[in-house]
Amino acid sequence: MTAFVSARLLRSLLPALSLAALLAAIFYLEPRAMSYFGLNLLLNLAVPIALATIAQMFVITVNDLDLSIGAYVGFTACVAATWLKDSPVLGIAVLLGCIALYAAVGALIYLRDLPSIVVTLGMSFVWQGLAVLLLPTPGGHAPGWLLAIMGLRTPFLPFAIFASIGLGFIVHLGLMRSAYGVVLRGAGGNARSVARAGWSMLKIKMTMFALAGLFGALSGLALVGLTTSADANIALRYTLLSIAGVILGGGEFVGGRVSPMGAVIGAATLTLAASFLSFLRLNPDWQIGAQGAILILVLALRLLVTRWERQR
Amino acid sequence: MMRGQLARLARRPWIWSFVAAAVVWAAMEGFTEGQGAGEVLTAALSFATFSVLVGLGQMFVVTLGPGNVDLSIPATMTLAGTIAMKYMDNQDPRIAVGILLALAAGALVGAFNYGLIRALRIPPIIATLSSSFLFLSAAIWYSRGLRIKPPPAFGDFSIGEVLGLPYLTLGAILLSILLHIALNRTIYGRSVIAIGQNPRAARFSGIPVELTRFATYVMCATLAGLSGCLFSAFSGGAALNMGAEYLLASIAVVVIGGTSVAGGFANVPGIWGASLFLFLIVAMLNTYGFGAGIRMILTGLVIIAVIALAGGQKTQR
Repeated sequence: MTAFVSARLLRSLLPALSLAALLAAIFYLEPRAMSYFGLNLLLNLAVPIALATIAQMFVITVNDLDLSIGAYVGFTACVAATWLKDSPVLGIAVLLGCIALYAAVGALIYLRDLPSIVVTLGMSFVWQGLAVLLLPTPGGHAPGWLLAIMGLRTPFLPFAIFASIGLGFIVHLGLMRSAYGVVLRGAGGNARSVARAGWSMLKIKMTMFALAGLFGALSGLALVGLTTSADANIALRYTLLSIAGVILGGGEFVGGRVSPMGAVIGAATLTLAASFLSFLRLNPDWQIGAQGAILILVLALRLLVTRWERQR
Repeated sequence: MMRGQLARLARRPWIWSFVAAAVVWAAMEGFTEGQGAGEVLTAALSFATFSVLVGLGQMFVVTLGPGNVDLSIPATMTLAGTIAMKYMDNQDPRIAVGILLALAAGALVGAFNYGLIRALRIPPIIATLSSSFLFLSAAIWYSRGLRIKPPPAFGDFSIGEVLGLPYLTLGAILLSILLHIALNRTIYGRSVIAIGQNPRAARFSGIPVELTRFATYVMCATLAGLSGCLFSAFSGGAALNMGAEYLLASIAVVVIGGTSVAGGFANVPGIWGASLFLFLIVAMLNTYGFGAGIRMILTGLVIIAVIALAGGQKTQR
């Protein structure tokens, strides 16, 4: 019994252990990174990536996949750097409209029983087209309050760490500990039985996609708060990063088994991986490939732990 | 008699993609008053060839059943195109071996993808997504980010045509006929369909399920390699981002062409109709003088609308 528990524990700790191992390796290679300033530089971009990863996680919970999240984060970043600064009311209205559109996409996927990959790939064109219309060339300015939030100097540890932990904790409470959160995850596990129990699957899908839209928009805001200006292509790689982050964090691809804390840790791991590789003086050509290799490695480790779990 | 035939034709799942393509073409010719109608068709056939090649491979993969999809197609195209162009090194005598190298690179990619799916027991989407990072990096590293030009004879061949029909299109039509026969008349094709309809039943009836899946992933990546090599010649060199638009294209042509996303039902003609449709939509928006932003928005919306109208996956079990 104890062995069984420890195997499960090991499995759920795997994301955190990978992150710790990566941090240790970075500190070994570059001891100067072990400071407030160094950590801030390393983890700065973790906040928008973590928000996008959480957005992707909501969609994966109900067995769908969002291939438009990168283009969407880019569009919301463009909105934040233009309308939100110049006329805040219009900016907020547009962002709320985006979230409503996300919910509508969820409804369409459910009602017509469409493959989410195709619909969201189509939506990625729509979001990117909108972003190009809004900002044909890189530019715009982040609103002052966004810069102030993202540039907060918190005591002891950088803001990015507090923000990430807070984000993971809040989503954990909502999705893992609340009554409706159980229903939402159950919809990924067995949609039919959740529907038979009287819950509206349409409402569940729309809720999850709307949440993805909300956190995707927050990711765009956080990104602009860091970069101070926006560009239509600013976040295209977030689509792949967010999927990888969810999987790295222990999320399963089907069945509603996800972990918000794990997703945040997965996003931080991916952010650090890029710095780690540059500290290793690895050829920059292999940066993208190394992220793929890390993903494969973690999946292989997880398989080993699962095997070990079964043998007990 | 005639009406019976028409009714039979209307029941074919692929007919709608051709109807849609014809409507778009007519709308565009109405706007330009028929000027250059033939040229537009030739261009459509040329560009459709590349999405047909990747679409055919993707179709076989998708037909294997829910969750089967190859997201590494763009990276495979880039890698194979880069390898072929770099080996050919602008010299005509090296063309044949260069093409073979591209095919071999594709086959290796497919074998690697299948190995990941099998060894790590992960969904094909995740496996092909992670491996595509590796292949893209390999292509960047190998090409040093430079655009490598094709040998002159290869470049000329890739844009050559006879009676308005590009050589590459003729080759792709031949390949489509072969794959149509393979899908409907061979043990391999029937196995793919059977696995897509019910993998358990297929296994119990003695179909070599894993061997069939292996062959399908290898074939899909090999076709992507061929498409990447030909596209490099056609577009004047291998560029790192050249495969990017083929991720959406490869999946969209399969779905618009009437192949079931849930697997188990496929057809080759629809891939052609859908590929022509996708090219003509973009060409039409260009003719109307829309900018890049509007063009992207409308392309995305049209794809979503077509899929929503064509109806969803048949719910399995």
